[in-house]
Amino acid sequence: MTTTLAAAEISNGEAVLFWILGPIALAGAFGTVLARNAIHAALFLVMTMGSLGVFYFIQEAPFLGVVQIIVYTGAIMILFLFVLMLVGRDSSDSIVETLRGQRWAASLCGIGFALLIAGGVYRAVRNTPMAGLATQNANGGNVTNVAELLFTKYLFAFELTSALLITAAVGAMVLAHVELEPGERRGQRTLSHERVRSGRPQPLPGPGVFATHDSVATPALLPDGSVAPESVSRLVDEPLSPDELERHGGPGLQPVRRGIEGGQP
Amino acid sequence: MNPSYYLVLSAALFTIGAVGVLVRRNAIVVFMCVELMLNASNLALVAFAKQNGNLEGQIAAFFVMVVAAAEVVVGLAIIMTIFRTRRSASVDDASLLKY
Repeated sequence: MTTTLAAAEISNGEAVLFWILGPIALAGAFGTVLARNAIHAALFLVMTMGSLGVFYFIQEAPFLGVVQIIVYTGAIMILFLFVLMLVGRDSSDSIVETLRGQRWAASLCGIGFALLIAGGVYRAVRNTPMAGLATQNANGGNVTNVAELLFTKYLFAFELTSALLITAAVGAMVLAHVELEPGERRGQRTLSHERVRSGRPQPLPGPGVFATHDSVATPALLPDGSVAPESVSRLVDEPLSPDELERHGGPGLQPVRRGIEGGQP
Repeated sequence: MNPSYYLVLSAALFTIGAVGVLVRRNAIVVFMCVELMLNASNLALVAFAKQNGNLEGQIAAFFVMVVAAAEVVVGLAIIMTIFRTRRSASVDDASLLKY
């Protein structure tokens, strides 16, 4: 009886939208947790947040839907992506388990918790008739009514959030700011003196890209035929050894091999 | 279809976020999972607002969003500071206070 009532309350379009977007939101959540790469996790989270925004729209909360898309997917996730790009290559997760069996225990507890809380909330409102927001949203629309509530009954809390936001902004600026001592900033003159005194005034050699190979991981060769290790960027993990050079280069690499083997002084 | 399916979905999303906080080791991903939990609670609040015919649930969800924005700003700044000193964003590496 209750199910037929509920079916009458929710339109077919909403049900179709729910069964399409619900699995998408769930898949995004699973992707956030399971993706090895942090950037993929962030993009999966954007997927979930977007579907939740559409859910707010169809639940008669258009103001929250717009705020969700602007604030969450537009601002917060961009902040996450900025920080991921700043942190850079370290953003991949470690596979080492610090506590033994913690992943299994956490997953098991998670399944139990999900069953408990889902059963609880499912039974909580199952038998209550759905009131709907038609009367609340009638006079001037959802935005007007939410604003009216926000600026009358919840005005003090609203002002407190403004204090919270400005504190958070100042705190983030203090944390992110790098303070240099007065004499710590080095000018052009100091830098050039340091460079001459360091014993290497000339720039580092470029990699051997166009000589024999088309990868920046190819080291340049010195006049005596030996490999110049500083010609490969630090960011490239390891310069290729002569063996690997031969393996990757094929027949086109013959002169290099001759240079490496026969060029010993 | 029953309106409490939204609540079940929000419970599932909340649980996935909680398990992510427990399982992942990258501080930024842990933070994203916290955001997922906040979003799940927002979905529940909006569903309750519609179920009970009361706009205050939407107001509560709005305040959750504001607090989440402030939390993300400060939290990411802390992660950046830790990364600058230890060159790592893993939550296992920041264990100096343990000893």
